[in-house]
Amino acid sequence: MRTTRRVVIAGASMGGLRAAERLRAAGFTGEIVAIGDEPHLPYNRPPLSKEALATEVTHDALAFRLRPAVADVTWRLGVRVVGADLDARAVWLGDGAELTCDGLVIATGMRPRRLPGPAAGRHVVRTLEDARDLRAELRPGVNVLVVGAGFIGCEVAATARTLGASVTVVAPEDAPMRRPLGYELGTALRRRHEERGVTFLLGRTIAAFLGEIGEMGENRVTGAALSDGTRLDADVVVEAVGSVANTEWLDGNGLDLSDGVLCDGALRVEGRHGVVAVGDIARFPNPRYDGVPRRVEHWSIPTDTAKHAALTLLADLGLGEGIATPFAPLPTFWSDQYELRLQSFGAPALGESDIRVLEGDLGGEVVVGYHRDGELVGVVLIGMPSAAARYRAALLNRTPLAA
Amino acid sequence: MKVIVDMDVCKDHGQCVFAAPEVFQINEDGHLVYVAEPDESLRDAVEEAADVCPLQAITIED
Ligand SMILES: Cc1cc2nc3c(=O)[nH]c(=O)nc-3n(C[C@H](O)[C@H](O)[C@H](O)COP(=O)(O)OP(=O)(O)OC[C@H]3O[C@@H](n4cnc5c(N)ncnc54)[C@H](O)[C@@H]3O)c2cc1C
Ligand code: SF4
Repeated sequence: MRTTRRVVIAGASMGGLRAAERLRAAGFTGEIVAIGDEPHLPYNRPPLSKEALATEVTHDALAFRLRPAVADVTWRLGVRVVGADLDARAVWLGDGAELTCDGLVIATGMRPRRLPGPAAGRHVVRTLEDARDLRAELRPGVNVLVVGAGFIGCEVAATARTLGASVTVVAPEDAPMRRPLGYELGTALRRRHEERGVTFLLGRTIAAFLGEIGEMGENRVTGAALSDGTRLDADVVVEAVGSVANTEWLDGNGLDLSDGVLCDGALRVEGRHGVVAVGDIARFPNPRYDGVPRRVEHWSIPTDTAKHAALTLLADLGLGEGIATPFAPLPTFWSDQYELRLQSFGAPALGESDIRVLEGDLGGEVVVGYHRDGELVGVVLIGMPSAAARYRAALLNRTPLAA
Repeated sequence: MKVIVDMDVCKDHGQCVFAAPEVFQINEDGHLVYVAEPDESLRDAVEEAADVCPLQAITIED
């Protein structure tokens, strides 16, 4: 019999770390065990497609600071959670161990969606090892094919181009970063990329990768055939075509795992006392907008969700009052491409049908506003860092912008 | 409490400003300026700022 209370955190990355910190900050003195299949303590992912990819990729440079308050967390790294019985409050690990707990934090995040084809020369960017492997192949003059024109695809394109590679981006949309930013701003950013020499082949998808057997007997990618019949040569392929939630270990518990893990407004896994989810994997309603539960793959979300999920979990364990105010985070996102800093606040995608330039112009530094029923719901800034606080405050407090 | 921002790492994101406006500010030129020895009463806000810095450029000493 265990005598101390135990919380198990599945997934030892940013969400897992923030959850541990918040449990301690809220006064939880029991045992915390964090289980992660990566061999590393939690580290920061955004630099993996940006500066870390251009310089060197070390865990030291990217590791999160471990506060003294989490010094006694047990980290079981390099071990996968392979299954769980939520009724019995048990998780099973890849090394055969079973761990029981009083509370469970789901923080297993996402993994990149993969396309089929020859293995060598094809990359994704999610982990330190991914970035290290890709960096080793990004030399001046190599032909890089980036599949997908979302933020990660565009960041990798910018970084690879800056390193002197020749870069082509293939994607089905009519503009890069189309869904979050809309056509006009996406197209303006496409021009910035084209000025640097990146080629876009939009409105197309990959029909098949082409390959040949390399010197080491490996099946190496040599290019791709596109949906419109175009054939492209490529030495290196980077796939940035979205992500898949790491929920398989939760199968068989009757949860809604159709897109991440469905949670209520307090981050409690729907209908499950003592089980919460944080970070990329959590699908939660945001009363700031509507009641529709959504996953949000933004860096600010592990921190925001952990704060509330920890309080919910402790209340379920009879150790606290729960959350005082409804969870209604203001989504915050940034992206770096070349010297361009993009910052996004709110939910631009909800205001796609009414997009206005609020300041500046699309060719240079600009502030773009996204409106729903005439109300500002999202703002994207390119540059203009000193204006960010003003627009963020307007969104946060739902106040009209001063003319 | 001593605050150190590694200015080689900082990219003027301004996230710290939202967490602790008393300590961090973005000036007219768009660059970060901050109070190096803020009052102890601001510790929670400064801790929060360190957490939300995308570049993890902020360290707090004692
Ligand atoms: C290359 C890249 C660039 C990004 N850039 C930006 C940016 O510029 N701006 C921004 O706002 N956001 C950015 N993001 C998004 C941001 O980094 C994520 O939202 C954040 O990392 C989510 O943290 P998380 O802890 O929820 O998930 P993750 O960081 O994915 O952590 C989940 C952890 O759980 C582990 N795991 C999975 N399954 C299991 C299992 N069964 N057992 C044990 N462990 C398991 C995983 O290996 C991983 O370590 C970027 C992400 C990437 C990958
Ligand atoms: S959040 Fe970090 S990178 Fe941004 S201004 Fe503050 S210290 Fe600099």
